[in-house]
Amino acid sequence: MNVFDWIVQLLGIALAVAAAPVLVGWVNQCRAWLQNKSAPSILLPYRGIRKLFHKDAVIADNASQLFRLAPYVVFGTMVTAAAVIPSIATRLPFTQAADAIALVGLLATARVFLSLAAMDVGTAFGTLGARREMMIGFLAEPALLVVIFVVSLTCATTALPLIAERLSAQSFTLNPSLAFTAVAFTMVLLAENARIPVDNPATHLELTMIHEALLLEYSARHLALMEWAAALKLFNYACIGVAVFIPWGIATSHAPLGLAVSIALLGVKLLFAGAGLALIETLSAKLRVFRAPEFLATAFLFAVLGLLVRLLLGD
Amino acid sequence: MSHGLNSTLTLSLLLLTAWGMVALTGLVRPASIAFVGRTLFPLGALFGIVLAIVAAVSLDRPAERLVLPIGLPDLPVHLRLDGLSSVFLILLGAASAGVSIFAAGYFRKGEGTAPGLLCLQYHLFLASMGFVLLADDAYAFMVAWETMALSSYFLVTTQHRIPEIRRAGFLYLLIAHLGAIAILLSFGILQGGSWHFTFDAMRSAHLDSHWATVAFCLALIGFGAKAGLVPLHVWLPEAHPAAPSPVSALMSGVMLKTALYGMIRVSFDLLGQPVWWWGLVPLSLGLFSALYGVVFAAAQTDMKRLLAYSSIENIGILFTGLGLAIVFAGVGMRAAAALTLIAVIYHAMNHAFMKSLLFLGTGAVLHATGERNLGHLGGLIHRMPWVAWLTLIGVLAIAGLPPLNGFVSEWLLLQSFLFAYKVPHPFINMLLPLGAALLALAAALAGYVMVKFFGVIFLGQPRERALRHAHDAGLVERVGLAWLALGCILLGFLPTHVISLLSVVTRELNLGGLPASDAPWWLLVPIPERQSSYAPLVFFAVIAIVVALAIVSVRFFYHQRIRKGPAWDCGFGGLTSRMQDTAEGFGQPIRHLFQPFFAIVRELPSPFDSKPKYRLEIGDRIWRVLYLPLGTLVRQVADRVAWLQQGRIATYLLYSFVTLVVLLALML
Repeated sequence: MNVFDWIVQLLGIALAVAAAPVLVGWVNQCRAWLQNKSAPSILLPYRGIRKLFHKDAVIADNASQLFRLAPYVVFGTMVTAAAVIPSIATRLPFTQAADAIALVGLLATARVFLSLAAMDVGTAFGTLGARREMMIGFLAEPALLVVIFVVSLTCATTALPLIAERLSAQSFTLNPSLAFTAVAFTMVLLAENARIPVDNPATHLELTMIHEALLLEYSARHLALMEWAAALKLFNYACIGVAVFIPWGIATSHAPLGLAVSIALLGVKLLFAGAGLALIETLSAKLRVFRAPEFLATAFLFAVLGLLVRLLLGD
Repeated sequence: MSHGLNSTLTLSLLLLTAWGMVALTGLVRPASIAFVGRTLFPLGALFGIVLAIVAAVSLDRPAERLVLPIGLPDLPVHLRLDGLSSVFLILLGAASAGVSIFAAGYFRKGEGTAPGLLCLQYHLFLASMGFVLLADDAYAFMVAWETMALSSYFLVTTQHRIPEIRRAGFLYLLIAHLGAIAILLSFGILQGGSWHFTFDAMRSAHLDSHWATVAFCLALIGFGAKAGLVPLHVWLPEAHPAAPSPVSALMSGVMLKTALYGMIRVSFDLLGQPVWWWGLVPLSLGLFSALYGVVFAAAQTDMKRLLAYSSIENIGILFTGLGLAIVFAGVGMRAAAALTLIAVIYHAMNHAFMKSLLFLGTGAVLHATGERNLGHLGGLIHRMPWVAWLTLIGVLAIAGLPPLNGFVSEWLLLQSFLFAYKVPHPFINMLLPLGAALLALAAALAGYVMVKFFGVIFLGQPRERALRHAHDAGLVERVGLAWLALGCILLGFLPTHVISLLSVVTRELNLGGLPASDAPWWLLVPIPERQSSYAPLVFFAVIAIVVALAIVSVRFFYHQRIRKGPAWDCGFGGLTSRMQDTAEGFGQPIRHLFQPFFAIVRELPSPFDSKPKYRLEIGDRIWRVLYLPLGTLVRQVADRVAWLQQGRIATYLLYSFVTLVVLLALML
């Protein structure tokens, strides 16, 4: 472990924090194109965040300290999650501190704080959003864990960098268990990031929304942090997917050339992932809230199926 | 064998006796809150801390034995302090210390039983739990076990003037005794024809495999009844809410763990080498309990019942792990068995701290508001910040969130499930990993339940006007809560230290410790070849640094202007506290999704009702399917037998005469 490892680690975090809003902007742009609308600038999420930071924060009279602390905690956990995920390189010193299971725990921490903060002011929408968010979460979390289980069994470790390294060393073959889990993972990604068909990121129709309902009482810098954290969450999920299902090209040493290639490849992969996400969102209709558990139960079953296939077929 | 004050066993015995003395001293001035509360309970807490320290010291030493010539003639009491006992004694001492400190400020006048009598029952309860852990023969074990059951029964029925509480107490006593009978029968088999009831005799007895299986099953029934394993759980959600909060904390946090201790003692120590398929029974019952408990917890409206169901969930997790450890040990995967057993005992420790903390938190809320129903609470974080923030630590811990303690043990358990595919039995090795999926589901649902618990009690707007006068817990109570919260934090932050303590137990049970790794003290690497690691301190430090950096940079680059105003609520002006989710509302998705679990009775008003009434009753299906028919059956049999009871003394004398004649005929 040397200084260079740490520099790469910090570079990865900085990249995630900086690029996350761009990814959201890219998805929005693709979606607009697909829906025959004129697309907003890819930097629009940035401008939104900047605008929010400059505004005065308005907080409800009966908000507690928890309400003001939560945006920072949610943002902090998402940045920490970005530090754990091997996005550009696999030799990252901090990833020792948390493996894939701890990463799931980290995402759960963010969710719990988000939901608690939404309940803090005591509005109807806030509690409704918290309830729905936790409902999505308790189904998505085990599905994600089973996905990680399958990959861990394949790679004989739960450390994410090792998983990425070992999977990238394999030649490209269609692995049936990974195919099932990839479907499950995509479904979890859609649900966890408040995407159609589970939630609509563009909605402000109160009765159907989940993620937006949680943030209704937030304004200014708190809202900016929450939005940024949401963008980071999407970025993190995309990077988990990349690291597990299409890891080829990730830098396993810190040769500058390899790193540059790795960053470029990550960019390309995320461009495709974002476009794919926009395509899924355009092609599907939003589910009623009570159909969402069925959607996630399907994801869970797909993941379990992947696990069974993995155990049946062996190595 | 060492004697005198150098012997940790003698010291532990002295400390348990000291608890007994504290218990008796309570009778000196039974009505004095000042004496009992301010003097005796803190003294009990002090003895608890010393007991934990003594037990921790004894972990490094070989097992000690002691034979006390008390009790019946020719039946001396055998005591033994080994690693397994020590670990559970640490749990008992450290967790009960927090509860006792809290109790010092908690008990008030005019709550049923007089404080002195409470002190007697409470400390007798503590001492008997200690004796259960030290006992080394079946007699001593059963005496201590029954003392524990009886003293806790009296503690549960503290407010014995309320009929529901008497009923809950009776149910508890009934199931406790059914369990005790099963344990007694199990010991009867374990002695294996030698008719010596010391645990040593049982260790050396050779049982054939059928009898060993029967003994294991009886032990599972007996200890499962005490632990609240489904379907023997029905007493738990009745008794826990009925008891005063410190007692619920002790019962849930510590007493349930004595059942786990007994199960580990019987299956790994007394039975020697367990048969692998035994493990499948506690494993499947445990998984079912975990899901059942957490699903019911989500549907509760009474905060203490919610926690009681959450205890069933955690007991389920413990028994799942225990079953897995038995499977591993049975097929000779000793390293995996050691890891699993460590995870189980770790989780027992964690649960002792976090569940006690939460129960005490509900106690503080109950005292401040007089309300146990979640539908009448809300917004208490403003009135009771100490209780709220300390409870939040317990909530995050029990929801299994890193870097607190609940996560570590669940992480270890999931890691050990990753070994399950290596079990050399087809089918089983494929089904076992699915257990991990169910465990993950239960753990995620626990997060749901805890958000409901904390959110409805402490966040939002107060649902009743009276809550505006709620007061925070007193200083002494806060110290008790802080002690337990500190336990949650330390158990979460120092996993390598805890695990090195716990591996004494697995080495003693011939499973070997965890493989040595050259990782630094802050980095947990339980399975070196898997290279999975976890470092809670670093983890927490990074989150804290990012949060601090975010706060500082937002202040530096922008401004910190803040305005207060009424809640926005999408511009809707007439927001009232009635518009928040109720506890029922918050649990609604779970009721909807897990409908087959519940027996739901719903009465909806018709559109023309002038006084609409809405009633929803959520029942336990197992109660209706299993217990009610059983109760009816018992009553019918009793009715049939009742004709024997003629009420005339001559008839009864005739019965005695006939019995004697029959016995004589048999003997001769």
